[in-house]
Amino acid sequence: MNETLTEHILEVEEVVMAFGGLMALINLNFQVKKGMIKAIIGPNGAGKTTLFNVITGTFPPTEGAVRFKRQSIERLKAHEIAKLGISRTFQTVELFTNMSVLENVMVGCHTRTRSSFIASGFRLPQVKRKEAQIRSKAMEVLEFIGLTDRSEESADSLPLGDRKILEIGRALATEPELVCLDEPAAGLNETETQAAADLIKRIKEKGITILLVEHDMKVVMDISDEIMVLNYGEKIAEGIPEEIQNNHKVIEAYLGGEEDYA
Amino acid sequence: MLRIRKLPIIGFALFIIVFPWIAGTIPAIGNYPDLMIFAGIYCLITIGLSLLMGYAGQISLGQAAFYGIGAYVSAILTVHFGLSPWFCMVIGMLIASAVAVLVGVPSLKLRGHYLAMATLAFGIIVFIVFNEEIEWTGGPDGISGIPGLSLFGFEFDTVLKYYYLVWFLVFAAFIFTINVIQSRSGRALRAIHISEAASSAMGVNVSRFKIMVFVYSAILASLAGSLYAHYLNFINPSTFDLFFSIKLLIMIALGGMHEVWGAIVGAFLVTFLSFEWLHFFEEFEVIVYGIILLLVTIFLPHGLVGIPGIVKGWFRR
Amino acid sequence: MEEFSFANQLFQYLITGLTVGSVYAMVAIGFNIIYNVTEIINLAQGEFVMLGGLIMVFLHAVAGLPLILAFPITVILVTLVGMLLDRLAIRPIRQPSVLTLIIATIAASIIIKGTAMFIWGKDPFDLPAFSGRTPINFLGAVIQPQYFWVIGFLIVTVILLTLFFEKTIIGKAMSACADNPDAASLMGINVKWMILLSFSLSAAIGAVAGITVTPISLMEYDRGAMLAIKGFGAVVLGGLGSFPGAILGGLILGTIESFGAGLISSGYKDAFALIVLLAVLFFRPSGLLGSVEISKIKRF
Repeated sequence: MNETLTEHILEVEEVVMAFGGLMALINLNFQVKKGMIKAIIGPNGAGKTTLFNVITGTFPPTEGAVRFKRQSIERLKAHEIAKLGISRTFQTVELFTNMSVLENVMVGCHTRTRSSFIASGFRLPQVKRKEAQIRSKAMEVLEFIGLTDRSEESADSLPLGDRKILEIGRALATEPELVCLDEPAAGLNETETQAAADLIKRIKEKGITILLVEHDMKVVMDISDEIMVLNYGEKIAEGIPEEIQNNHKVIEAYLGGEEDYA
Repeated sequence: MLRIRKLPIIGFALFIIVFPWIAGTIPAIGNYPDLMIFAGIYCLITIGLSLLMGYAGQISLGQAAFYGIGAYVSAILTVHFGLSPWFCMVIGMLIASAVAVLVGVPSLKLRGHYLAMATLAFGIIVFIVFNEEIEWTGGPDGISGIPGLSLFGFEFDTVLKYYYLVWFLVFAAFIFTINVIQSRSGRALRAIHISEAASSAMGVNVSRFKIMVFVYSAILASLAGSLYAHYLNFINPSTFDLFFSIKLLIMIALGGMHEVWGAIVGAFLVTFLSFEWLHFFEEFEVIVYGIILLLVTIFLPHGLVGIPGIVKGWFRR
Repeated sequence: MEEFSFANQLFQYLITGLTVGSVYAMVAIGFNIIYNVTEIINLAQGEFVMLGGLIMVFLHAVAGLPLILAFPITVILVTLVGMLLDRLAIRPIRQPSVLTLIIATIAASIIIKGTAMFIWGKDPFDLPAFSGRTPINFLGAVIQPQYFWVIGFLIVTVILLTLFFEKTIIGKAMSACADNPDAASLMGINVKWMILLSFSLSAAIGAVAGITVTPISLMEYDRGAMLAIKGFGAVVLGGLGSFPGAILGGLILGTIESFGAGLISSGYKDAFALIVLLAVLFFRPSGLLGSVEISKIKRF
């Protein structure tokens, strides 16, 4: 079988997430193959962001297992998961608005560097050296996402499209093997959406696996290798884009095809 | 980009060095070096508080407790046990750190109002302990006969000598803090201020950094307390009451808590207000403080050091 | 002489605790009214209690107004202070954050405290008890008649507030405002007016607490801060935002304090409530009644 040969970078097994009496995720099972773009779609409230929060350790699942590169991560804290190589963006862009564009990306370099509070306070030579390394690495990331010329501007002053791109850049700075992008195209105009989609494809080319939550079906159909559909916390379909487009359950879930699948 | 320029720091250092000589020649401000010792002691506390509140965004309304812990540990160990003041100072900082960890671990999980009230309650409890453990603390009467400081036979027995000692330590703390702010740790702290979720997604161990900065602010406050005790040779609980925690809040709010410079400006102003300029109001100075605090909160959310930014904003328009 | 047994003494502590607790409960209700509408913790809440006591002392004991007249005038004056607090300290803030709002209410609190010191000086003042000071002996405990007034006014306050929130249009509008300010303003409710009203209502309740407790514990200018912190302790113990929680929290806190001071150490009297506050914050920040289920029925 072909599937057993391909490495699964992420495995979600029987995950249940309950908030009080509310079931946000119900016995969810799926895998993500290394190096692919997997999209998760579904109507609002389907549990997509909750799933991201579980995977990235914002809160542990009520039941079930999450494995990243065969290691159980469902009980790890968010920063430990980041260290293992999963990064994310947020649906409501969560940039550090008190910092410059460059500094935002430099925070992303946090995991891959070490220098203690005390060593920093005394500004030991190795701290200076590391600081220069972080800076040049952050500049590389800015170049990759195309924001080099805005590096000194306040992150707050960027237009929404650039803020979303910057957030992706910040996630890349953690040197992840898997990035979870939560609606990278929401609120963007056509040009900005295209830029975001192109960036996501280029990230894939670097060998980074992508988990994508997105409402823009054109983007999803265009760039995803595989799509999973959630509805009320349950998986109702999974497959390559063509299969999903023709799946009647999916069309039903979207109220008889309110979305444009073209 | 956050970069703190070196020139103003050097200028400020020169000012501090020559100030006692200038003050010495002008009778009207002859007592200012003495006041500057207190300003320096307050600066130590506000520098830590500015990192904690302004940069990392964690509210503490109980900072007077750590100031008191430093002062009382120094006083008790030197007076009751005859230990070396320097040694006691270090012990004070260690105890303050331990207390900061004990209180900080559960407190810093809280946010906003809850954190503010938890630290407020902690501060008052410590104040009550100072008053009630009479055997050790002397109760409301306090402890007297605390020895002065000396180093290798050199006595810090004049205002001038103590002035340079205190300000040397202030500069050490100031530069240490600035270095932290401009480093990976400083970025992590500022990140936590804006979004804990995004910080931890970037691999920042949020709770660890919060504890670290809380401990750091406690250490500085404790050091300040020890310096206070050895300078005045006498302490009593009223120095470390709730109002002092509020005064510290006034200092960093007035100066501007989003920049370390604000901590210094605020500590200076409040010192001179309370020791010199508000004499006219006697004990009703509290009303003046309240009005200052309210006006600053409403009209100058970034404090006095935020004014240049506002002025620049006008010109840009 | 009547035998004074340990059980009698415990009963005495309980009665005293419930009385003090009623005051904390009223402060806590005041916190919740403002919190529910604005999400502000008004640290000047204790000053309303202090002002209630001292203004009443002035009107009744000094100016000689009869109780029945001095009482409402005091409440009205303190309510005005509450309105001023909203207009002068809260509304002008352009970038409201938890920190700036906390600082603003602290500033207001020390201004009120300083002004009170300016007017009344530093001495504590007494107020004649509403129905004399002849103690009632009940189950071996000595009970001041004023205790009943304090507890009675808590009950009256609770009943009036319940009626207000459930039966009047303004009260219902305030509840709507608390649940969802944006929706409320879309429905044509003037949110700013509701905030002003919440401050007024809290101030009035604080005044009532101050007036009724002064004959028991005297009143002085610097009582506000501690009352506010203990009242907040009651709020947290009961669950932030919950009115039944505020009453329960206040009564429990008062009782713990009374027993702690009586049995363990009177010097640490003030510390007990604060330790309870910290313990609740550390181990159960949602409080006793602060669960999701309760929040649905958090109005009386």
